[in-house]
Amino acid sequence: MLVILDYGMGNLRSVLRRVEKLGHKALLTSDPAELEKASKIIMPGVGAFNSGMSNLETRGLLPTLNRKVLQEKTPILGICLGMQMMCRWGEEGDIAGLGWIDADCVRFNFEDKQGGYLRIPHMGWNTVEQKGDCLLFDKVDQSTRFYFVHSYYVKPHAETLIAGTTDYGVEFASAIHQGNIYGTQFHPEKSHQAGANMIQAFLAQA
Amino acid sequence: MLLPRIFPTILLNGIGAVKTVKFDAPTYIGDPINTARIFNANEVDELALLDINATAENRMISLEIVSRISDECFMPLTIGGGVKTIEDIRNAINAGAEKVAINSHAIENPGFVREASNEFGSTTVVVSIDVKKDADGYRVYTRSGKMPTSKDPVAVAVEMQSMGAGELFVNSIDQDGTMAGYDVELIRQITRSVDVPVVACGGAANLEDIRSAIYDGGASAATAGSMFVFQGRKRAVLINFPTRAEIEEALFRE
Repeated sequence: MLVILDYGMGNLRSVLRRVEKLGHKALLTSDPAELEKASKIIMPGVGAFNSGMSNLETRGLLPTLNRKVLQEKTPILGICLGMQMMCRWGEEGDIAGLGWIDADCVRFNFEDKQGGYLRIPHMGWNTVEQKGDCLLFDKVDQSTRFYFVHSYYVKPHAETLIAGTTDYGVEFASAIHQGNIYGTQFHPEKSHQAGANMIQAFLAQA
Repeated sequence: MLLPRIFPTILLNGIGAVKTVKFDAPTYIGDPINTARIFNANEVDELALLDINATAENRMISLEIVSRISDECFMPLTIGGGVKTIEDIRNAINAGAEKVAINSHAIENPGFVREASNEFGSTTVVVSIDVKKDADGYRVYTRSGKMPTSKDPVAVAVEMQSMGAGELFVNSIDQDGTMAGYDVELIRQITRSVDVPVVACGGAANLEDIRSAIYDGGASAATAGSMFVFQGRKRAVLINFPTRAEIEEALFRE
């Protein structure tokens, strides 16, 4: 069973509907016992890094989530905040993240840069340049547009993590992939057919 | 590259989709869910759904319509109409809205915008500012354009940004439904004064108008009603949207 993890960060209805429209069943839950049974996990979320981490902790989800992802290698797709929390460290709140990927989550900072006119948050449709060979992009063209809304981004220490990049003042990692761990900074659930194809590719893998 | 957003606004009179001229004389367009479905099939950048009778009738936009549209439209959805409380916003988000537009209640009670952005984050809170030109210059109106205020739109825009609004819809009552182009001067005055994204509303007939709102006006996005729901000089109802190629040609040509 696919579990969509509800840890109180933003409305998850659109992710659930997207998945259901693709003909998959999913369980929206914040119960560690239900998470335990997951064959795949989607971890969406919108909001602050520190609030997200503390919500995972107070709901008692961390031990199960870490075991599922790191030991059982259950495929997981983090969306927006869900991807950001996979990092070692988050600037927002200056706290440790899940630490699954060798990356930090930092704020856009356009001072002293040419892109000083850029507004924060980065909100709207932007293109994703695919790097490497990530299955998420199997049915997605190069330079396809996706919907973003965020003020922080994932900054990997290892290039191998990067599955896609996007330019907003800096070229940042808009998609990451490492083994069973996938993440997108953009919202595939709000990105029309391309987003649907991406979620379908994640769910269709064995 | 971040692409300028172009999207339709569907106006509701409670249950039906309508289109006004200068905030008056609503023409019936059709069923809002069907209309939204067609826009979704055209992969529009976003969709705004605003109930223009809600405040006058002391109710909120129908959350049933919001949730039925959000259940099958996989793009960001902004809703508005009669939003007055934190609970209203929470209910709209739970019905599937990404952003909630506040109009009369924000202008009349700016503190509410602060309260809303503290609770839900700026990216959720849109303030919609309706503006009409008179002998003294631009003036902000509330209550679907029926109630003049003493406020200047630039001052209101700056105030709303300081209260935490994450986006501003700037709507020219004079241009609404006329298809005579946006009030680019109004848009420019506001985009010069604030950092948050400004959405140009009111008056678009074609992609050249949208190009002007973005490049001359400095708007981050442009929305339109008539342009996407009418066809031809007789304004026959036909839901339509330009192709990506047409948009790219209009916005990115040398």
